Formats: sequence, C-alpha cells, structure tokens
Amino acid sequence: MLELAWIVPALTLAAWAVVLLVGKRLPDGGSWVGIVAVGVGFVVSVVILAQIAGGAGPYSASIDWAPFGPGLQIPLGMTVNGLSAVLLVVVTTVSLLVQIYSTAYMRGDERYTFYFSNLSLFTAAMLGVVLSDNLIILLIGWEVMGLCSYLLIGHWWEDRVNSSAAIKAFLMTRVGDVGFLFGIIVLFWQVRSFEISRIVEAVAGGRISGGTVTLAAVLVFCGAIGKSAQFPLHTWLPDAMAGPTPVSALIHAATMVAAGVFLVARLYPVFEASAAAMNEIAVIAAVTMLISALLALVQDDIKRVLAYSTVSQLAYMMAALGVGGYTAGIFHLFTHAFFKALLFLGAGSIIHAVHSNNMSEMGGLRRSMPTTFWTFLVGSLALVGIPPLAGFWSKDEILHDAYVAGFGPGEPGLLTSQGVAQVVFVTGMLTVFLTALYVGRMLWLTFAGAYRGQGHPHEPPPAMTFPLVLLAGGAVVAGFANSPLAGEGGLAAWIAPADAPRPGIAEIDVPVAVASILIALAGLALATRWYRGGLPEREPLARAPLLYRTLQHAYWLDDLYDAVVVRPVRGTLARLAYQFDQRVIDGAVNGAGTGTRRLSRTLRYLQTGQAQWYAAALFLGVIGVALVFTRLAGG
Amino acid sequence: MPLVFPLVFASFLFATGVYGVLARRNAVMVLMSIELMLNAVNVNLVAFNAYLQDKLATGQVFALFVIAVAAAEVGIGLAIVLLIFRNRETVNLDEVDLLRW
Repeated sequence: MLELAWIVPALTLAAWAVVLLVGKRLPDGGSWVGIVAVGVGFVVSVVILAQIAGGAGPYSASIDWAPFGPGLQIPLGMTVNGLSAVLLVVVTTVSLLVQIYSTAYMRGDERYTFYFSNLSLFTAAMLGVVLSDNLIILLIGWEVMGLCSYLLIGHWWEDRVNSSAAIKAFLMTRVGDVGFLFGIIVLFWQVRSFEISRIVEAVAGGRISGGTVTLAAVLVFCGAIGKSAQFPLHTWLPDAMAGPTPVSALIHAATMVAAGVFLVARLYPVFEASAAAMNEIAVIAAVTMLISALLALVQDDIKRVLAYSTVSQLAYMMAALGVGGYTAGIFHLFTHAFFKALLFLGAGSIIHAVHSNNMSEMGGLRRSMPTTFWTFLVGSLALVGIPPLAGFWSKDEILHDAYVAGFGPGEPGLLTSQGVAQVVFVTGMLTVFLTALYVGRMLWLTFAGAYRGQGHPHEPPPAMTFPLVLLAGGAVVAGFANSPLAGEGGLAAWIAPADAPRPGIAEIDVPVAVASILIALAGLALATRWYRGGLPEREPLARAPLLYRTLQHAYWLDDLYDAVVVRPVRGTLARLAYQFDQRVIDGAVNGAGTGTRRLSRTLRYLQTGQAQWYAAALFLGVIGVALVFTRLAGG
Repeated sequence: MPLVFPLVFASFLFATGVYGVLARRNAVMVLMSIELMLNAVNVNLVAFNAYLQDKLATGQVFALFVIAVAAAEVGIGLAIVLLIFRNRETVNLDEVDLLRW
C-alpha cells in the first residue's frame, strides 16, 4: 500500500477542483465531495501506518517533473516513512472530522462551497508537504497552505478585522518563508540537489562545512518559526482566530502550524549537525513556551486562550527537537493534534451556542451542554498532562529528554549545550504550571457558575458532537502509542530512521512525571481558588499591575512591529514605491504612447500623395545607398 | 565597338528618363519616361551580353523579358491614366493626390 500513498493528496486535490468548479450545483454545496475524498485518504493512511508499524520499510518514488538541464532536476516524488505515515494519519483524521463538523457549523454560510474547497486544498497541500521527498515540492505545499490560511482566516472578509488578520498571518509567515527559501538555496548550492535524502546524506557524510550547515539550518528554521508561530513571529496566530472555528482547529492547531515542527524533524540530521542551530531552536522554544503560556492567562476570548496554548505547545515540540528528543517532539505533535483539535471544536460548539467568543459572556455551560463539557474536559486535562490522557505521555517524554540533556549524561552526540537544556527543562516545568492555570481558568469561567450571556445555550447538532466524541477518544488513547503499554512496537519504532537502532520499550521517568503531575495539579488548584466563584471582579493577576499590563498588551510586540515595520513600510516606503510606479514605470509606458503619437502627427505630413515626390526620394535613396556601398567597397 | 559607347548612351537615356519621371506633370509623359529608363537598361543588357560573349545570350533573353513586362506595364498604366481622366478630367499628376493624409 505504501506505493499508493500519493493517492491521498491526489484525492483531496481532485476534491478541491471538483468542489470549486461545480460544487454549487452539487447537493449540499459539494461539502460531501471533500469528506469522501479525505475519508478514503484516511483509510489509506491508516493502512499505510499499520504496514509501517508492521515493519514495512520506507518507500520512495519519483518522476522527472521539471528538468532544467544537467545539474538541476526538480523531481515530483514522495517518501513514505514512519514520520510521514504518522502525519498522514493525523492530517486526514483531523481534516475529516473538521469537515464533518463544518457541515453543521458553517450551514447557511454564503460562501459555504468556497469554504469547503479551501479545506480540501489545504488538506492536499499539507499532505503534499508530508509526503514530499524534495524541498521544492515541500515549499510549494508550504506556500499553498499559507494561501489557504489567508483565504480561510479572511473567510468573513466583510469585517475589516478579519481581512487584516488574514493579511497579517500571510505576511508574517512570509517573513519566515524568505529565510526558508534562502536555506533551500544554501543547501542546493552545497549538495546540488533538492532531495531531502541526498541532503541528509551529504550532511551526515560531513561533505558540508560546519559553518554552512549552521547557516542552512538557521535559515530553514526561520521558515519553521513563521509557520509554527514561534517567538518573535508568533503574533499572527492569535489574530488568526478571526477565521471560522473549525478552521482554527484544522489549520491553527492540528496541522499547518505543525508543518514547522515537521520540517525541522524531516531535516533533523541537518539541525543535529550544528550546535548553534540546536541551541537556537531550544532557546527560541523555551522563550516561546513561557511567554505564550503567560499570555494565555489574561485572554477573555476563549479561542485566543487556545491559540496561545497552541503556540506554547508547539514550542514544547520545538524544545524537544532542540534537546535531541526527536521521538518526543513528534509524539507530542501526534497527541497535541487530537486534543487541540478537540478543544477548538469544543470551543466552536460553545461559540455556536453562546454567539460570543468571550468567556465573560459564558459560564454555567456544564448543565446545558453536557457532551461538549465532558469532551472539552478530557481535552483540557490532556493538555494539562494529567495521566492517563494523551498529553501526559508526550509531555513527560519531552521533559524527560530535556532533563537528561541538561542534568544527565545526555544522548551521545547531542550538540545542545547543557545550560540551554537546563533552561528548557526549567521553563518546561514552569509552563506546565502556567498551562494548568490557564486551562483551569478557562474551564471554570466557561462551564462553572451561572450563565452570564444572552439566550439559552443548547447542545449543537450531532454532526458537531460526533467529531468531539471521536477526538475525545483519540485524546484518551493517543498517548498510549508511545507508552510502556505499546511495547516495543510504539511510535518511537515507527518513526525511527531506518539505520538507527531499534528503540526499546518507552519508559516513564518517574521522578519527572510525578513532579510534573504535582505541578500541574498545583496549577489547577490555584485556578480553582481564583476562578471557582465565576468571573472575578478583578483578575487576581492584576495584583501585579506591571505584569498584568505587559501581558494585556502582549509585551507590546504588535506595537513594536507596527512602529518599526508596518508604519515605515506603509508610510515612506509605500509612498516611494507608489511614486516610482506612477512616475517611472507608468511614465515610461505612457511616454512611449504619447511620444509615438506626437512623432506621427509630425511625420504624417510626409505622405503628400504626390507620386513624383516619392519617386524623387526613391532615386535619392538609391544614389545614397550606391554612394555608401561604393565608398565602403572602395575603402 | 568599345563597351563605353553603349554605356554612355544608356546613361544619357536613363538620365533623360529620370528627368521625365520627376519633372513632367502629364501622366502619359511620365509613362513614356519610364519606358526610356527601361530601354536604357535593355541597352546595357545587350551591350554587356556582346562584351562578355555569353554563349547562352542571357542578356538578350533578359532584354526580351523586360520588353514584354514593359508592354504589360504600359497597358495597365495607360488604362489607369484613362480612368483617372474619365473621373477627374485631368492627367496632371500634381492634382492626383488621392492617397494622402
């Protein structure tokens, strides 16, 4: 089945074209076309993952796609290995459930069909990224995802806020993509190939100098920073919550933002070969996880809480990769996809019922929306890392890896410095506390106490609760994929590189696990103390006014970008560019037109209609030509 | 006979034709001047043919072609002049400037 993996993105791409072209004439706006396509893709993906888990080797195939002459071939190829198989299952699962959910959530929307076509295109692009065996195809999928993100965030573009958020997301990820593109160029310049396997081989074989590897790794990581919303480019993700909530679940929690993590994992040997790059990843991840978890504490919009939580959890994955925890990072990506998609879809059904994003207008929803409450609770506790839910297993593994790298002997050959790993471990523990605190706050404010909003909230239709229940099941069991229960055939074995030694049974680091559970419980306890009585008149955090104001303004980062980048660009640079365009470019075009017209207005008087004048000119011309040629010939 | 005699003669004939084409106002006279120029060319062709003693007599054959084409050209030219005269009551070339701006 591995050789049929290409069918998964191909089906969703076909679904995109069909829905876009004839979707409006199909029953139910063509939404079922995408669902069927991704459903088949899901089945194929599961079979592929099962075969990989059963020991089927990695499979690669490619065709010549764009030959630019010798030395520059761009193949259209795919690689199916454990990593891509895991991602295939994650993407198709979440996409399938989100599309089913959307049929109810988006019902009656005026751009219903367009919305579904975008979901299909997005899914196809992400699957293309996952399966691609070379960086050019990967980049194409990467950029198409950026486009879909733009279209879906700005789905309700009539509202100015939404279209600005869409533009912001597009441009900020582009900033990182420029670095990514240069990274690809550096790698191609050294390896003379875009194929990931060749690049990895060249780096492993030591054929590239250390400085160049660092340069390439840092540049590629820029792309990951943008896509995975890491500090300092994380500010687009909270604003991206302007899009419909299922989109947030699909794109901004489970799949697209995971592409950055996937990219680092895919090119992991390149990063592993550079101490500077590993340290950079670890430090940026540590900073990001802490600052975004703090920001989640002061949000009123439930989706923004989840958005900052996503940023923070993505930072966990990056941190794991930064301290050598390859398996732990991918494992967290895997589990996080389930519980974060669950939380977003749960938030969607709350918003659907309350008609507001603000937690200050929620409260007491436990009784009116029991299914949503229980599934949301499962997702929340998984996020906090309460055993035996999914988040516990993966987060424990990350913390364990950080601990070993920082305080223990460390993995052999790991280049991350011990100090950095210690910082990652400490911030990781701190973030566990903050995560528990903001999750507790969200739970209490949303589901407990008295209802503060308007109308009577009620449970959404089954098309929305059904994905919630399924994802809740996933959030419970996904963690076992790499737990001692999975035995030797766990996730670690699936995604291990072919030449690596077969990993043994996953172990629990008992001291670290107990510590993190205790810290998480402490966070939940503090949240209970602060928010049990419903919405406090004054946020407890406001007792530290400076911190509170800093957080409310999100560290003034947006203001900083506004002052340093947006204003100069929109003011001076835009005006200069406009003038250049108007005067120089348009001036040249219009000048050519008016110049020709003026010249011809004068020259047309030469056409007198007097045949004898023409004949005279002809004879003079012949004489002139004869003179010139005789002179030239005679020297 | 030296080659220069017919060449000088042909030059005079050609120059006369040029003068007639450029200076004459009557369309019939212009057509006749064109014939002079063509005949100057014919003289050249025959002269060079004789001078080079060409076995295939290419120059003479070519001269015959020119005469045939000239006859056709005069036929069309006179027909045009006739039609212009019928329409505009003049064969003065200065007044026939239909194709102008």
